[in-house]
Amino acid sequence: MRGIRRTRVLAAAVTAALCVPAAGVGSGQGLPTSIGKGEGQLNLIAWEGYTQPQWVKPFQKSTGCTVHAKYAGSSDEMVTLMRSGGGSQYDMVSASGDASLRLIYGKDVQPVNPALIPDYKNFIPALKSPPHNTVGGKHYGISLQWGPNTLLYNTAKVKSKPTSWAAIYDAKYKGKVTVPDNPIQIADAALYLSKAQAGLGIKDPYELNEKQFAAAVALLKKQKPLIKKYWALASDEIDLFKNGDAVIGASWPYQTNTLKAAKVPVADVIPKEGATGWADTWMLSAKAKHPNCAYKWMQWVSTPKVQAQQAISFGETPANLKACAWMDKLSKGTCAQYHANAPTAYFNSIRFWKTPVADCGNGKKDCMDYTKWQQAWTQLKG
Amino acid sequence: MLLLAPPLFAFGLVYLASLVALLVSAFWSVDAFTTEIVHIWNVDNFRTLWDESAYRTIALRTIGIAAAVTVTDAVLAFPFAYFMARVAGPRRRALLFVLVLLPLWSSYLVRVYVWRLILNQDGVLNWALGKVGLPDAHIAYTNVAVWIVFSYVWLPFMILPVYGALERIPDSLLEASRDLGARGFLTLRKIVLPLALPGLVAGSIFTFSLTLGDYVTPLLAGGSSSQFIGNVVYSSVGVSNNVPFAAAFATVPLAVMAVYLLIARRLGAFEAM
Repeated sequence: MRGIRRTRVLAAAVTAALCVPAAGVGSGQGLPTSIGKGEGQLNLIAWEGYTQPQWVKPFQKSTGCTVHAKYAGSSDEMVTLMRSGGGSQYDMVSASGDASLRLIYGKDVQPVNPALIPDYKNFIPALKSPPHNTVGGKHYGISLQWGPNTLLYNTAKVKSKPTSWAAIYDAKYKGKVTVPDNPIQIADAALYLSKAQAGLGIKDPYELNEKQFAAAVALLKKQKPLIKKYWALASDEIDLFKNGDAVIGASWPYQTNTLKAAKVPVADVIPKEGATGWADTWMLSAKAKHPNCAYKWMQWVSTPKVQAQQAISFGETPANLKACAWMDKLSKGTCAQYHANAPTAYFNSIRFWKTPVADCGNGKKDCMDYTKWQQAWTQLKG
Repeated sequence: MLLLAPPLFAFGLVYLASLVALLVSAFWSVDAFTTEIVHIWNVDNFRTLWDESAYRTIALRTIGIAAAVTVTDAVLAFPFAYFMARVAGPRRRALLFVLVLLPLWSSYLVRVYVWRLILNQDGVLNWALGKVGLPDAHIAYTNVAVWIVFSYVWLPFMILPVYGALERIPDSLLEASRDLGARGFLTLRKIVLPLALPGLVAGSIFTFSLTLGDYVTPLLAGGSSSQFIGNVVYSSVGVSNNVPFAAAFATVPLAVMAVYLLIARRLGAFEAM
């Protein structure tokens, strides 16, 4: 109900806003080649913790751009927020891979020029032009941070180190398994099936035809009786492991580190099938009103020190390879802890989230789109 | 009359307009690709609700747990309220009032999280069971946990109206019953319960409707099969931006409550509030 009312009010506000012509760089006439003077304001949609005063304050001081951040609770909320108000209310969004393609195909974001971001050349090669934010050679944003979805287990309860995702589908752990409450979890099942049932012919866990999709959903249905809880918040999973309600599950490095700090006997592993991973991108709204401040922000958050600060504060891995030294300077050992210095083979084992769309490149448009994923997930949970 | 106009207008705008918006948008749909609302009248949302067994299960679970919570609270609240209203002296009554209302001063979330600490595998409950040599209970993150937490958080809303109804029973009626030779149990059944019924029904409106509309407790205390109607509404709006479907599902508790209130009015609940 509130949603409808809000949309209405915003629609009126947008109609008014549209009468004011957008000024500055990048309002649709090709990529900018230089960054002009800041507009004094910057409106962001971000994950909570992505706009800490630690790095926002120095940015505001040096650029004169006052940052207004709106925190979103889910990728889907980010998409909704970007679209509300016709897209001109917010300048940027820190979209994860499961939302970024929706924003690109929905024409909610515009291409950016990576040449204007000096630190771009120091990025992990896999995050320079990843398919979740680069379409047709156009960069719809600058990669920020990433993290793998690891297999977390209690070393006191799970005796032999698991090497395959098969562990979270194993009846042995009935009532002790926890996985994220997120439709993208279907991709984790598909990733496992791509190796376990090679006959299905799954090449990309985010591009599933009807048969492959049905197989993944069937596997998750079989897994459901084993699940203690589908976790929605990282703190939920931490509680489950701390109190012995779960002994194995899909997780992020953040949970592993928090649990280890609390002296809970846990370890995580990237199984032989590889792992899915999320990667966040700062994307520029197609109707951004403060593009100069937005470019300044992309420059700032890409610098090694800010990358390191954010990685440590949030528990994720920076895109900038030069951040490693800063991480160890800020908090000893964190560079290795978050794999910021891991070899290329490590990155290659990660399948980064991207939004499932109907058109998966075979010209048939026979893949299951995100709406289908979301419906299947709701019905699966029942 | 003129003074009443502004609040009445505000009331009409806030309550009726939003209800109308809800009912109207339930008959719209969402474009799968752009997630824009398409203003074409159809009943597809209701058809999905009816055809898809998962949504029926969720609706029945929501109504079932709401009913179970209501019965539990009624059974717990009656003896407590009776003691407060008719047995305890003024000082003890005041103390009991404070005890009933005290949990309401703390955050609802805190109370749900506390129950998680009590019920989980290494929690207080299993610790206590272990001390007396009983096996572990596996209640955490199940629908039983949801039922217990709801029964706890809404209990004050049942005690207060039942207390009000019991306090209003004139002593003379109980004395007359005794004079005519009725024993305690017969008096309870023939005099006290019928007179307390409006209070019980009034309390049940609170416990039932509060449970019916909640989504936080199932999210935090529930397990792998604990979705309520509210959770689906929340994820339809927040996750898939499908406001029309959320509106369609939200009409289910609305209809259930309408029926419930009609029955409650018959039973005289509105005089007891």
